[in-house]
Amino acid sequence: MIHSLFLINSSGDIFLEKHWKSVVSRSVCDYFFEAQERATEAENVPPVIPTPHHYLLSVYRHKIFFVAVIQTEVPPLFVIEFLHRVVDTFQDYFGVCSEPVIKDNVVVVYEVLEEMLDNGFPLATESNILKELIKPPTILRTVVNTITGSTNVGDQLPTGQLSVVPWRRTGVKYTNNEAYFDVIEEIDAIIDKSGSTITAEIQGVIDACVKLTGMPDLTLSFMNPRLLDDVSFHPCVRFKRWESERILSFIPPDGNFRLLSYHMLSWDVGKINPQKLPSLKGTMSLQAGASKPDENPTINLQFKIQQLAISGLKVNRLDMYGEKYKPFKGIKYMTKAGKFQVRT
Amino acid sequence: MSSNSFPYNEQSGGGEATELGQEATSTISPSGAFGLFSSDLKKNEDLKQMLESNKDSAKLDAMKRIVGMIAKGKNASELFPAVVKNVASKNIELVAGSVVMAFEEVCPDRIDLIHKNYRKLCNLLVDVEEWGQVVIIHMLTRYARTQFVSPWKEGDELEDNGKNFYESDDDQKEKTDKKKKPYTMDPDHRLLIRNTKPLLQSRNAAVVMAVAQLYWHISPKSEAGIISKSLVRLLRSNREVQYIVLQNIATMSIQRKGMFEPYLKSFYVRSTDPTMIKTLKLEILTNLANEANISTLLREFQTYVKSQDKQFAAATIQTIGRCATNILEVTDTCLNGLVCLLSNRDEIVVAESVVVIKKLLQMQPAQHGEIIKHMAKLLDSITVPVARASILWLIGENCERVPKIAPDVLRKMAKSFTSEDDLVKLQILNLGAKLYLTNSKQTKLLTQYILNLGKYDQNYDIRDRTRFIRQLIVPNVKSGALSKYAKKIFLAQKPAPLLESPFKDRDHFQLGTLSHTLNIKATGYLELSNWPEVAPDPSVRNVEVIELAKEWTPAGKAKQENSAKKFYSESEEEEDSSDSSSDSESESGSESGEQGESGEEGDSNEDSSEDSSSEQDSESGRESGLENKRTAKRNSKAKGKSDSEDGEKENEKSKTSDSSNDESSSIEDSSSDSESESEPESESESRRVTKEKEKKTKQDRTPLTKDVSLLDLDDFNPVSTPVALPTPALSPSLMADLEGLHLSTSSSVISVSTPAFVPTKTHVLLHRMSGKGLAAHYFFPRQPCIFGDKMVSIQITLNNTTDRKIENIHIGEKKLPIGMKMHVFNPIDSLEPEGSITVSMGIDFCDSTQTASFQLCTKDDCFNVNIQPPVGELLLPVAMSEKDFKKEQGVLTGMNETSAVIIAAPQNFTPSVIFQKVVNVANVGAVPSGQDNIHRFAAKTVHSGSLMLVTVELKEGSTAQLIINTEKTVIGSVLLRELKPVLSQG
Repeated sequence: MIHSLFLINSSGDIFLEKHWKSVVSRSVCDYFFEAQERATEAENVPPVIPTPHHYLLSVYRHKIFFVAVIQTEVPPLFVIEFLHRVVDTFQDYFGVCSEPVIKDNVVVVYEVLEEMLDNGFPLATESNILKELIKPPTILRTVVNTITGSTNVGDQLPTGQLSVVPWRRTGVKYTNNEAYFDVIEEIDAIIDKSGSTITAEIQGVIDACVKLTGMPDLTLSFMNPRLLDDVSFHPCVRFKRWESERILSFIPPDGNFRLLSYHMLSWDVGKINPQKLPSLKGTMSLQAGASKPDENPTINLQFKIQQLAISGLKVNRLDMYGEKYKPFKGIKYMTKAGKFQVRT
Repeated sequence: MSSNSFPYNEQSGGGEATELGQEATSTISPSGAFGLFSSDLKKNEDLKQMLESNKDSAKLDAMKRIVGMIAKGKNASELFPAVVKNVASKNIELVAGSVVMAFEEVCPDRIDLIHKNYRKLCNLLVDVEEWGQVVIIHMLTRYARTQFVSPWKEGDELEDNGKNFYESDDDQKEKTDKKKKPYTMDPDHRLLIRNTKPLLQSRNAAVVMAVAQLYWHISPKSEAGIISKSLVRLLRSNREVQYIVLQNIATMSIQRKGMFEPYLKSFYVRSTDPTMIKTLKLEILTNLANEANISTLLREFQTYVKSQDKQFAAATIQTIGRCATNILEVTDTCLNGLVCLLSNRDEIVVAESVVVIKKLLQMQPAQHGEIIKHMAKLLDSITVPVARASILWLIGENCERVPKIAPDVLRKMAKSFTSEDDLVKLQILNLGAKLYLTNSKQTKLLTQYILNLGKYDQNYDIRDRTRFIRQLIVPNVKSGALSKYAKKIFLAQKPAPLLESPFKDRDHFQLGTLSHTLNIKATGYLELSNWPEVAPDPSVRNVEVIELAKEWTPAGKAKQENSAKKFYSESEEEEDSSDSSSDSESESGSESGEQGESGEEGDSNEDSSEDSSSEQDSESGRESGLENKRTAKRNSKAKGKSDSEDGEKENEKSKTSDSSNDESSSIEDSSSDSESESEPESESESRRVTKEKEKKTKQDRTPLTKDVSLLDLDDFNPVSTPVALPTPALSPSLMADLEGLHLSTSSSVISVSTPAFVPTKTHVLLHRMSGKGLAAHYFFPRQPCIFGDKMVSIQITLNNTTDRKIENIHIGEKKLPIGMKMHVFNPIDSLEPEGSITVSMGIDFCDSTQTASFQLCTKDDCFNVNIQPPVGELLLPVAMSEKDFKKEQGVLTGMNETSAVIIAAPQNFTPSVIFQKVVNVANVGAVPSGQDNIHRFAAKTVHSGSLMLVTVELKEGSTAQLIINTEKTVIGSVLLRELKPVLSQG
């Protein structure tokens, strides 16, 4: 499967490499650099590049190319999805994923990569398990490690990996038990020159931050679950209960995670009084000296509406089973512009 | 290891593993319990105990110590089985992916190794970790294409495959003749399609894509539509994911336009998309274009042409050209639009338009003189070589239509010849030659001048061409007969170029693969085979259940083996329970579509075409099934008799299957009956997954050989019978998740285990006649209730049999006996016609068989319904040892004991028959027994948690003693009354 991984910054330096099988020479990246030159822009570099003996599959995030080297046929999305998971993990561990940060934490980076792939096949990709195996760096731990020469590798085998809920570690303890849910909706829309809407759809996610002691079993119900038609779930959600009762029932991972994401094609605006049409006005100024653009440019809009889910989705209640304490529960709604474009 | 291990690590310097292991051992070993300084032999005993213990921490410690031992070079081989058991037993889902991965790398061609594991893999799939899912789905796709016949109908292909259009009628007739036999889908084929569907909801794009390609390659075309929505959802993801998904959609949209047409707008280009995404979206939009949507699309394309991204604008112009050729209605509109673009400010746009117009004109060389004149004028301004070359070619080709302009153009070109691009020079030569042939009077000198220039050009290609043309057009002594035909050669009718999608020929690669993305066969790519004409023997997928046979060998020595096999049985059991529950759900659920009928029904259809008598049987069984199970029972009895000629074993088989069936759903009854009647012996055995009993008897005949295969996943066999060893099993289902929670509250003796068996029998709650078209059935899933730990969980399936929506289905007034509680399901907004929905509710029956009456209401009506629980459903199975059982039984004597004597034929007293009969009636768990003439079962009541101990003791002759010990004497005696006839029945 995945043979090697190269991390390449925007100026074309390979600043980190990791091999899971035999060592593949850095020169394989020359093919990548060629493609990069041809593409002119970083985001146009093709994600899949064939070379005589290998295939290079890459993702571009945070101004870094993560280039995986493959030798044989494999579903490309498999590799791409994994690479994105690697980036997410780095972000989770270090807060940001950038070249200096990776260089600063190079030991942890190697340790994490070593656990994530086993002989080229993804192994521990759940952040909860990884964090048990390899402790995220903290200032104190870094100092201790520098003095004692020890590493962040945990000395306990992750308990979660052997259980039926691999995403949750056992023995979680908090003094304040809290569960927060953010319903975030993004509107993707294209507005015509004449002001008519060409497409409008809603992309929603429910992000959760759950800090609960023990093994809580949560159920989250909606006032209007029928709105959710096209959904994808975190593996912890019991799909059958959703199918039969439209209730989200799950044992949550510890910490931050994306519980579900959904997609709605229609966006019901409701009634607008034709006498008082709402309108937004803005001005655009060109930099002095810049030539006037050929055509009227497309304008990307950004906005945020607090405490509202534009789709009308509402959480009904959150119940906890399996633990005795009373958790603090919170829910927040937000609507923002996703890819909201106005053609002029 | 505790935190004080740091200094140790430092001392050992990391290099000496032995030392480290030692240190680890000493720091871990729990004080006292496991002697640190004991002899090796003793130590191993300790380790064994630790490995067998219930605590994960002890197991982990033990494993660490074993690693230490191995590092020291000590022999730990005798611990091997215990370690393997721990590593392999519980979460087989976690290793399945790696196993299949290894298989794919080592011997992907050995399809024969998959057979026996096929059903297991299908059933496990949802619980396997996501990376494993991708690999397994890809493997199963290839497998399915070799093992099942094509589900695609002739009509489908005609519709979306242009090739068939040209086939003569005879051809088609032949084909239909061949296919006269109606197609029925192999239940295993259906199993795969059904079990992968939920994975479309995965958060992992690779999993969604894998399922999508599976549906594309193996599902009936009518069902593949469901993947579109999920694929479109992936388009919100990162650009790399978008890139791959769009490529696959592009290939799909060529063959089956209809699939993505509803999502047309999702492929509209945004100015922020990277160019490669834009071009792919454009490609899909072109594929989806038809008469109906072309006007909208052209308007959209207009915006794209104006894009700042010139590469993209050029691609859009190409696209417009393709639309113009594909949809004749808009050809003229497109052409006019393109001509307008000729006056665009941007040269790239103009150049691209010229090239596209050239292609369009070539296709319909009618009266387009005006456009050609316009383009000739452009030659003065346009500098892009391709465009200039295109214009020259166009003028040369139509030189007779524009007799005045063409020579003038040649004059101008002769002037600038030396400074032109090579591409343009070649076309100037061409133009000269054509004019020389048609209008030599005006252009002879000009052409000769150009030919002279070309003769001394720097580029050898041009010199070559010049020489060639000169010989061909200027008649002289040397040039032979060929120059006579020069005009025909140069001005021959040229075939119009085909504007085709670059994705047209990609469909021969399996979707979602690297090879498909690159459009080159990648190293290690495995071709997807074509459907076989005739399906290979489906019985190869049947699994023999070896463990079971051993389990039931009547002898004291069996016990030893039992404990060794424990971990097999765990997973089997859980699989079994989850399997049957999922089956019943999905079958009662709404499977629509032509082939959407459940596998069982498909089966009986097949039978009916082959055997008319069985048709009647199955029909009557099915029809009357829900209202009157007795019919079905009689059927199966009759069957048992007819089969008896096959000898005693056969007889036993039919009876056992009989007894297992009559409690399960009546639909199942009818189908199984008809099968075993209509098909030859060997086949009937092989057919169904549900025929667990049959397999067992089959085993009696076949020698107990267990072939060792590379891909042997036998230890998580989902089709085996429930086993009399209810160790607290970990199941991937909700059950298991909950279990951990409930365990903590109950004592060590009474720990709830998974149900050994879940009957699929449903009860009528509301008949459709009395419910004005709303039908309701209920069923006991035997799972701990989520709504409260004193409640019995009940699943209700609601069916709308009317032709209109039923709205607001909810539970109205409740009439419950004192103390009884009920957790109702959430109101259902609406139920579509022919729709069906399954909801869960919980009722606390207070450990009594009193009826819970309530009203099931719709928007307009209220219906009085009631649920009276069979006494066996008021229980939850518990796991306990024989010792504990005897201890508890000793306490519950006197008033708390009821017993009865049963008389029945000896073949009804085999362990499996007794087990099956008991778990069918009551939700109890079996207790491992040291004596093969005593069978014990334990459960607790749901409400009060009182123990319910059932003992069946076989006596001399054909009698047995049935004893029930419980505090709840009322339930105890009711259960006794229910069990007695069942056990004595034949």
